[in-house]
Amino acid sequence: MIDVQNLSYVVDGTEILHDVSTRLERGGITALIGPNGAGKSTLLHCISGLESPSCGSVRIDGLDPFTAPPRSRARAVALLQQSPALVSRLTVHELVSFGRWPHHQGRPTQADHDAVERALVAFALSDLADRSIATLSGGQRQRAFIAMTWAQETPWMLLDEPLNALDPRHARDLMARLHALSRDGARSIVIVLHDINAAAGWADHIVAMKDGRIVAQDASAALLTEDTLREVFDTPFELLEHRGRKVVVAR
Amino acid sequence: MRGWLITFAALAALIAVSLLLGAASLEGDGWLLLVSRIPRTMAALLAGAGLALAGVVVQQVVQNRLVEPSLTGAPEASMLGLLAVTLIAPGMAVAGKMLIAAACALVGMIGFLALAKRLPRDDAMLLPIVGIVYGGILGAIGIWFAWAEDLVQYLGAWRLGEFSGVMMGRYEWLWAIAALAGLLYLVADRITILGLGETQARSLGLNYRQTRALGLVVVSVITALVLVTVGAFPFVGLVAPNLVARWRGDNLRANLPMVAIGGGALLLGADVIGRAVRYPFEIPAATVIAVLGAGVFLWLLHAAPRARHG
Repeated sequence: MIDVQNLSYVVDGTEILHDVSTRLERGGITALIGPNGAGKSTLLHCISGLESPSCGSVRIDGLDPFTAPPRSRARAVALLQQSPALVSRLTVHELVSFGRWPHHQGRPTQADHDAVERALVAFALSDLADRSIATLSGGQRQRAFIAMTWAQETPWMLLDEPLNALDPRHARDLMARLHALSRDGARSIVIVLHDINAAAGWADHIVAMKDGRIVAQDASAALLTEDTLREVFDTPFELLEHRGRKVVVAR
Repeated sequence: MRGWLITFAALAALIAVSLLLGAASLEGDGWLLLVSRIPRTMAALLAGAGLALAGVVVQQVVQNRLVEPSLTGAPEASMLGLLAVTLIAPGMAVAGKMLIAAACALVGMIGFLALAKRLPRDDAMLLPIVGIVYGGILGAIGIWFAWAEDLVQYLGAWRLGEFSGVMMGRYEWLWAIAALAGLLYLVADRITILGLGETQARSLGLNYRQTRALGLVVVSVITALVLVTVGAFPFVGLVAPNLVARWRGDNLRANLPMVAIGGGALLLGADVIGRAVRYPFEIPAATVIAVLGAGVFLWLLHAAPRARHG
């Protein structure tokens, strides 16, 4: 469980997060949604321990990510930032292998090689393993970075807007993959999403944020109502039902 | 494997030419070889390797392939320190001079990083341009200072690196670069991870600040060692790492030795050319590398976008 207590984040006098408290249960996909500037990414970075809040505390399965040694933290939680890194000439295999670094710190064992292979298979990268990241398409590149984060094999995986710059097919493909991979409950994925329908379609839980606060939090089906969405996004929505799934349409 | 064979063959050929090329005859007991030709060859190899390795480290730290130590103000800041030493304590031992030169290089680079932090990252050309301007300002202060204190000839020797003065007993400090190269090889994975950016590096459990600090100290020491012993050389730190990255990728655990060899070969090649074109007179290696390097740099600039969208 991730336990967030009274988290505030102020930068240059602007309050990005305002006294946020929440608990995220393990298992499945939790989506953070909300309008631009709601504080979703900041909350995600604070949870990961990589951004220090102005005040408040975070516990990841009991571990304090701000005081834990970097290596212990990196085995409890993995974050993939938005649009990561420069054009790297690492191969896909090399990049994904760096996901194992917190485990072996330079001396990979057979277990590490196996974990890399599993991540390559999980994200359909085996055929691209020897390709340089620089030569991949945007969708493939994003998949490679997510596979690196996956290879870290942390109980918690935090993804900051991974669908950015992905076309609909790759976005759907990635969400379906993450959904399938998270069904066994071994990994919990917290994901910042811009597209409400991606959250409606694939997330188990949704946390809705606005102006640095959590406005609503519930199981996806329960949270997605026209009233809640209007309150969060300040714009009217219509909820439709399509093949047993909720679909959100801006009015 | 074939790549390594070709590289070693080319390197061996360069070394042979360097050892044989010169105004004086090598006939006799090999004294000339021992005192002059071998030291000169080794100095070029070590300095080139050091500059190339320093280039890789800087590029990983700022996540920009178009930057190298001489585009971070490091050599200019170092020269300022050396000018001050020359003025205040001219009799200082070489070790003391090295230390001050390295410390000033570090301060210069920290200033550059502070500037870099404020720049938008979407245009890769911006950072090297800022580096050129920043280095230019520091260099101008140095020139003014040297001119006012009548130290211009010192500055000239540092600014235009060359190897004609290298002899046994006058270049051995450069061997420290071999030790630093070994140190960098030990932390090669960490340096590679630096290149993924601060957030991603820390998410992988890297102690980012500590690793970056280690890298910058190594770069500063290499800059000082090369500057004090043989002077400054542009482009080596830019060209060698970029050529190796294009050829063999970015995994430094596998490629650092090639970067070092590439840098050494480049600078030795420049020195050999400088000795050959107006034989028996010499052109400074820094001048040769500036001409060659500028050409390769332009090619890299032209070729960079293609790789990005490849």
